[in-house]
Amino acid sequence: MSNKAITEPIKEEKEYSTLNLGPTHPATHGIFQNVLKMDGEIIMDSDATIGYIHRAFEKIAERRPYYQITTLTDRLNYCSSPINNMGWEMTVEKLLGVEIPKRVDYMRVIVMEMARLADHIVCNTVIGVDTGALSGFVYMFQWREKIYEFYEEICGARLTTNIGRIGGFERDFTDKTWKQIDEFLEEFPRILKEFEGLLMRNRIFMDRTKGAGPIAADLALNYGFTGPNLRAAGVDYDVRVMNPYSSYQDFDFIVPVGTKGDTYDRFLVRQEEMWQSMSIIKQAVQKLQSMPPGPHHADVPEFYLPPKQDVYNNMEALIYHFKVIMGELEVPKGEVYHSVEGGNGELGFYLISDGGRSPFRLHFRRPCFIYYQGYADMIKGSMLSDAILTLSSMNVIAGELDA
Amino acid sequence: MSLTNETVGQKLIERFGEAILGDEQQYDFRIWTVKREKIYEIIQYLYHEPGLEYQFLTTLCGIHYPDNAPDKTMCIMYQLHNLPKNHRIRLKVFFSENDKVMPSITAIFRTSNWMEREAYDFYGVVFKGHPNLKKILNMEEQTVFPLLKYFPLEDPTRDDKDDTMFGRKMFNA
Repeated sequence: MSNKAITEPIKEEKEYSTLNLGPTHPATHGIFQNVLKMDGEIIMDSDATIGYIHRAFEKIAERRPYYQITTLTDRLNYCSSPINNMGWEMTVEKLLGVEIPKRVDYMRVIVMEMARLADHIVCNTVIGVDTGALSGFVYMFQWREKIYEFYEEICGARLTTNIGRIGGFERDFTDKTWKQIDEFLEEFPRILKEFEGLLMRNRIFMDRTKGAGPIAADLALNYGFTGPNLRAAGVDYDVRVMNPYSSYQDFDFIVPVGTKGDTYDRFLVRQEEMWQSMSIIKQAVQKLQSMPPGPHHADVPEFYLPPKQDVYNNMEALIYHFKVIMGELEVPKGEVYHSVEGGNGELGFYLISDGGRSPFRLHFRRPCFIYYQGYADMIKGSMLSDAILTLSSMNVIAGELDA
Repeated sequence: MSLTNETVGQKLIERFGEAILGDEQQYDFRIWTVKREKIYEIIQYLYHEPGLEYQFLTTLCGIHYPDNAPDKTMCIMYQLHNLPKNHRIRLKVFFSENDKVMPSITAIFRTSNWMEREAYDFYGVVFKGHPNLKKILNMEEQTVFPLLKYFPLEDPTRDDKDDTMFGRKMFNA
């Protein structure tokens, strides 16, 4: 018994019912509307409406200095906001041609992989919730709190983190941070294994998710899918491997790939990526402990705030402090595109600078926006409950959908 | 023959001649400026030609250059990616903002469906041949195209806040 899609053409004389999977629906994790044309319980067609949380980031960014845009990028994919912050900072560093020390790169890798863990915990537990298994969700979220406490120790905030500055980090990792990382790496594998034991080979879960919302690899590529959704369909495109940034080439990790692109494959790909993220964090911690202590930021005084004691005593530091805060920066003219592997795929930043204090044009290549177009095709011919499961397994996050 | 910027440029100029108006290198991308009339054929050629095969559209966006020459104030940028050989290129088409019409490439890339709707929503560029060209992120009742530079970000009639101390002028200057 599998969830085979029933593909029948839409007949003119038949009467179809319309169901409004409305904008505020507890099962759609975010605010987006789908008007479904249904034949009994089978979905024949769907029409999506998005934009309920459009906050005009691309317009606002044209009037903000570069360091204030980091707060806008937080709110794109808010389940893994450090990845967005780091991606933006790396874009500006690429524009300026700043050389980042290895130590900062490895610290960034730790923060980004923790964020990827947080994002995948949300997605996988929520697939469980939509099939009715709420225990996994509650159990794993207890451990997601530890990741939030880790962010709080580094930057002071839990969700919209604004981690990092152009050139590195605002402060070094404290002893408490290292202790938190060590405790997390020790305890979380056991918890993840328990979660796997609940769902991965569970007969009911496999029956629900196998064959729900499949997509073929070439159709997924044509729709511009990236990230775990594309990898579940069989294409191993991972930005960390293809165009490495932040010293990812120094790390040893596998990119898991599925076969059919259905919900079960997406669940398995994210699950394996969580194990790989933990392995990367472990390698990064080992590398950092074997390196001599060093600075937590690059030497770029025109963009990185000087330490406060120097501002009070040193004339140069005072001038730099004033210029950085007021946004009187000298940025080269040019256009740059940088992409990072976000929780959902290739998150790209296209920045055109005209030499002024704010970007001339900033365009976010948001993976959720691009692959949500494929949703209509993925649910044609399936039942309503499979459509809900497909939606939650695609991990569509409203902040990144609308920006 | 390996895929480099030079081989791509050569093949494009051989096939399309004067439709390729120029190219420049910005950081790690080669950008070709092409004519609007040939953009659909150029993208189709880049998709199907064996040896090129740019079959992934990374992104598509509109850019408004109000200070350019009058027939080059509006621009659409395409970014293509050849995944097996890991090569990325960028194409730009310039046209006048009084004549904002472009051919749609939804027949080649399904992903450009919503990207072109976003460019229409923000700039008012009409894509001929698009199956469903209506606003995507803003409300249907909105009549202005917000990302054009003339459209102010904040209400210009306010006099209660003065941002000149922070280096910001009232209009998008």
